[in-house]
Amino acid sequence: MTQPPVVKVTGLVKIYQTGGLPVPAVRGVDLVVEAGEFVAIMGPSGSGKSTFVHMLGGLETRTSGEIWLDGKRADTLSESAWAVLRRQKVGFVFQFLNLVTNMTVADNVELPALLGGASPRQARERREYLLSELGLEERAAAAPGRLSGGEQQRVALARALANHPRLLLADEPTGNLDSRNTRDVLKLLGKVHRQGQTIVLVTHDARVASMADRVVSILDGQIVDDAPIARAPRRPVGTAGDIVELHG
Amino acid sequence: MRLPLLALLAKEPAHGYELKQALEATFGSAYPSPNIGQIYVTLGRLEKDGYVRAVDVEQSNRPNKKVYYLTAAGREALEAWVDEPTEGPRVRDEFFMKLVLAPLTGISDRMALVNRQRRHYLSLMRDLDELAERTDPGNRVARLLIEGAMLHLQADLDWLERCQEDLT
Repeated sequence: MTQPPVVKVTGLVKIYQTGGLPVPAVRGVDLVVEAGEFVAIMGPSGSGKSTFVHMLGGLETRTSGEIWLDGKRADTLSESAWAVLRRQKVGFVFQFLNLVTNMTVADNVELPALLGGASPRQARERREYLLSELGLEERAAAAPGRLSGGEQQRVALARALANHPRLLLADEPTGNLDSRNTRDVLKLLGKVHRQGQTIVLVTHDARVASMADRVVSILDGQIVDDAPIARAPRRPVGTAGDIVELHG
Repeated sequence: MRLPLLALLAKEPAHGYELKQALEATFGSAYPSPNIGQIYVTLGRLEKDGYVRAVDVEQSNRPNKKVYYLTAAGREALEAWVDEPTEGPRVRDEFFMKLVLAPLTGISDRMALVNRQRRHYLSLMRDLDELAERTDPGNRVARLLIEGAMLHLQADLDWLERCQEDLT
């Protein structure tokens, strides 16, 4: 029995109407992401990559084309039906973090698991695990507003993963993070990916992108490259002699 | 190699193998292990230039070993090196040359070149990440060296994106 791809997109188009002038943001994108794959989407700002992942998550409507999530046609769903599908199948980390401000960090992370049908105990254990992986266990009782931008971003990642979603979608998940916090996020992404998590994320950060199985490049609303990141076999293990060179 | 050796000898006299070990211990796995032959050749040249002096130390049952000392001229050269501003990195990018010239010959198109290069950079980044994982977290010098390499690579990738926007 073959599983359907987690994401299947055909002929996806998004045209914005601003002041009567049609502005195409995404111009015919096809993409298939199989279960367990990690795909990084790269491209200059304004290339349509954020619009594309927003459409995947149902945060923006498509102009034409089809979006299938986990074998289910999604682009024709009503807004409320898509919200249900999203709650069941998709975890998000977007640049606007949308943490619930009058709930604690812990409750923010547990909420999606509880909505997804986990028992309170399962939700708590998952939350404790995720927050500790991200170095946030001390912040569990805090309100999101008391956290730094980088901490809020990590809480958003924990929340996105709380429900073991079929698909993790992220837009610049390390955008506000310093290098140490980036490392925590990278470690967690690597770990959940090894556990079989399907991931599609937009990033400028080469460290994030380098963890992916595939890199998809978008330019002017179209995919111009979609290929695996090959291992370079020629470099000996244990040195970076051809990368690092100090003179004196 | 000349000035790092002078710097190490300013700390204390040493023989060639000790200098190799000191470089390795300081810079960690991020730095390519210096070749002992190259160290001896460099020490020979420094001696000829009057920057270091070698003294034979007798060893029982083994050939004499040469211990090197920094001379006054060597210290002056070292001080001059430390005091002068250091050139910034220059862009000497072979890929850019390819990107500009190859399409003129019809050998390859720029889009394909940029895409392949991007994936190559990401694979280098993966190597650096693995190197960082293997590096002793207590070795701050080695960690900073790897971080520097990562930041340069990120800049190369950003530049590549600009090239793709403007040249394809």
